[in-house]
Amino acid sequence: MGELNLSILFAGVIGGATPIVLAALGETITEKAGLINLSLDGSILLSAMAAFVVAFETGNLIMGFVTGAVVGSVVAGVVAVFSVYLGQSQVAVGFVLTLMARDLAYFLGNSYSRLQGPQIMPCPVPFLKDVPFLGSIFFNHSLPVYFSLLLIGFCWWYIYRTPLGLQLKSVGEHPAAAYARGTDPRKVQLFYAACGGLLVGLAGATFSLFTKPGWGRPQGAEGTGWIVLAIVIFGGWNPIKVAIGAYLFSFLQVVGIYCQGWLPSVPAQVFQVAPFPLMIFTVLLMHFGEKESVLSWAENKPGIKYVLQICSGTAPAALGKPYKPD
Amino acid sequence: MIKFIRYFFGIKLTLITALSFTTLILFLSGASPFAAYYHILKGSLGSWIKFAHVIAAWIPLTLCACGLLYTFRIGLWNIGVEGQVMMGAVFTTYALRQGIDSHHPALFLVLSFAAGLIGGGIWALIAGFLKTKGGVNEIFAGLGLNFVAQGIILWLIFGPWKRPGIASMSGTALFPPQLWIPYFSSIRLSPAALSLALIALVLTALMLRYTKIGLSLKAIGNNSHAAYLFGLKPGRYMLLAMVFAGGFAGLAGSIQVTGVYHRLLPAISSNYGYLALLVVMLANYNVWIVPAVALFFACLNVGSIQLPMMLRLDSSLSGVIQGALVLATLAVHAWQIRSKDKKWVN
Repeated sequence: MGELNLSILFAGVIGGATPIVLAALGETITEKAGLINLSLDGSILLSAMAAFVVAFETGNLIMGFVTGAVVGSVVAGVVAVFSVYLGQSQVAVGFVLTLMARDLAYFLGNSYSRLQGPQIMPCPVPFLKDVPFLGSIFFNHSLPVYFSLLLIGFCWWYIYRTPLGLQLKSVGEHPAAAYARGTDPRKVQLFYAACGGLLVGLAGATFSLFTKPGWGRPQGAEGTGWIVLAIVIFGGWNPIKVAIGAYLFSFLQVVGIYCQGWLPSVPAQVFQVAPFPLMIFTVLLMHFGEKESVLSWAENKPGIKYVLQICSGTAPAALGKPYKPD
Repeated sequence: MIKFIRYFFGIKLTLITALSFTTLILFLSGASPFAAYYHILKGSLGSWIKFAHVIAAWIPLTLCACGLLYTFRIGLWNIGVEGQVMMGAVFTTYALRQGIDSHHPALFLVLSFAAGLIGGGIWALIAGFLKTKGGVNEIFAGLGLNFVAQGIILWLIFGPWKRPGIASMSGTALFPPQLWIPYFSSIRLSPAALSLALIALVLTALMLRYTKIGLSLKAIGNNSHAAYLFGLKPGRYMLLAMVFAGGFAGLAGSIQVTGVYHRLLPAISSNYGYLALLVVMLANYNVWIVPAVALFFACLNVGSIQLPMMLRLDSSLSGVIQGALVLATLAVHAWQIRSKDKKWVN
């Protein structure tokens, strides 16, 4: 176990987490605007299928990614239109679309199963890749990985440091107030649902063209959407914490593979479960961290106080409650 | 009368929309839509044996849907129903394992159903407590618990309950036939399971319509704050609704183990929990429409198994039709409300 092994491990974590980071950032943006897009699990698969089929037929990877992004934003757009303009339950529409998009992907992609298609080649960054240790972790990947790394910072900057980000947050926190200030919350929500869906679609394309190349039933991306939803809550709707959550999950998966060596009786799928209890536990901490009695009890216990501070994070106040104009 | 006509007009519009969408999808995939619909119909209603398969799918679907009626009534989205089916199956398997060498298999069969009821109930209660005491939204608590339940099943199959010799995804060892729920051997249909589903249906209808519990659930679901001021405790009734939902889902899990697979396997829930959510939505939360919709969904599920063999299509077409139907219902419903509002304005 030397430096080499460790850097390979971390490079694997960064690379493997790419689609999860993309989808989680997309969902964070959508939820910040007050909309829950529950259709992730299905839309990731549908865009993965569409991206693979288009890239396979045209031989053009960029076309594949564009198709994936379009499919992702169309599905998210359906959720937004149904909930914002037609007044239906977001959860209901999102849930139906999850199941339906998954089945649609299996059905339409059936004849493209188990085919050898194009996939993204690695593209190391010149000079930077030669930096010892860090170079092989961060700069010896392919384009989607760099994109996801840059996107984390961009999302944080956009949400917390720009006027447009302020508008985005205002719609998610208090749509009526945003309306009074001259913003139409419905248009903003529709726009950010489509943006978030675009990233989710890119995540799907990244699966079928890079992380788990090819298409089939099962593709290997099943369940990712639910994990992403858990990670967004775990990260308290903050892009940086969300990304850390995604890398943590990827790390657990990689470690899970190593663990199989000395815990052969436990199948790898069991490790996949880890994000969900963690997510529930985080939300519990968030809930109790707001109570006066708990806060005063934790006052003299720096360790617990620190944990509570890290886990603090509140959901956008209007999350899941679409704005109805009078 | 006008309401009646509107209702049927709405259904017609829904069916046309959903059917045109799936037909379009079939054209896209290059298959003949008529052949596909024909094989689904023939594969589900073509013979008594096939119809018995449909009923075997209808039973757990109806049980889950009955449970969901309680939680929807109080305004909870019990997406954890899938995990509740799984935990019902796990508890059932545990009870049956104790009875493998027993001289009273019937006793252990009955016990295993009680165990399934308890297993599903406990799993629902955890989600309920997380919601009422822990501030965790029931959707995310339920989803999380679904995956934990799946993890528990996988661990059991590969760990403590693994088949002698080799552990595999095909599940635990088969139970001896005396621990199977009795069935008509000619068409493999179990009258006990069928009556259980019918009892659940009637019980749910009576509970929701004629008892104080049903009324309280509805009151809290419509306006939880007003109900609280009236003296009802929303938290307690939420837990009660969750226990009912979990119990029925757990029974569905018991039937999957004792009546269908006779062992525990990773896909023991067959997605019936998730599908039941669609059934209840499409039935417009009406207990008397639920069995019809469940029957239709069961036909689609069983009939579409023919598609890969006959037409080289993926069997997931059934899911596409089901999803399209629910989406179309939601859209038509929204459109009807909107046109009604416009009339009021004019």
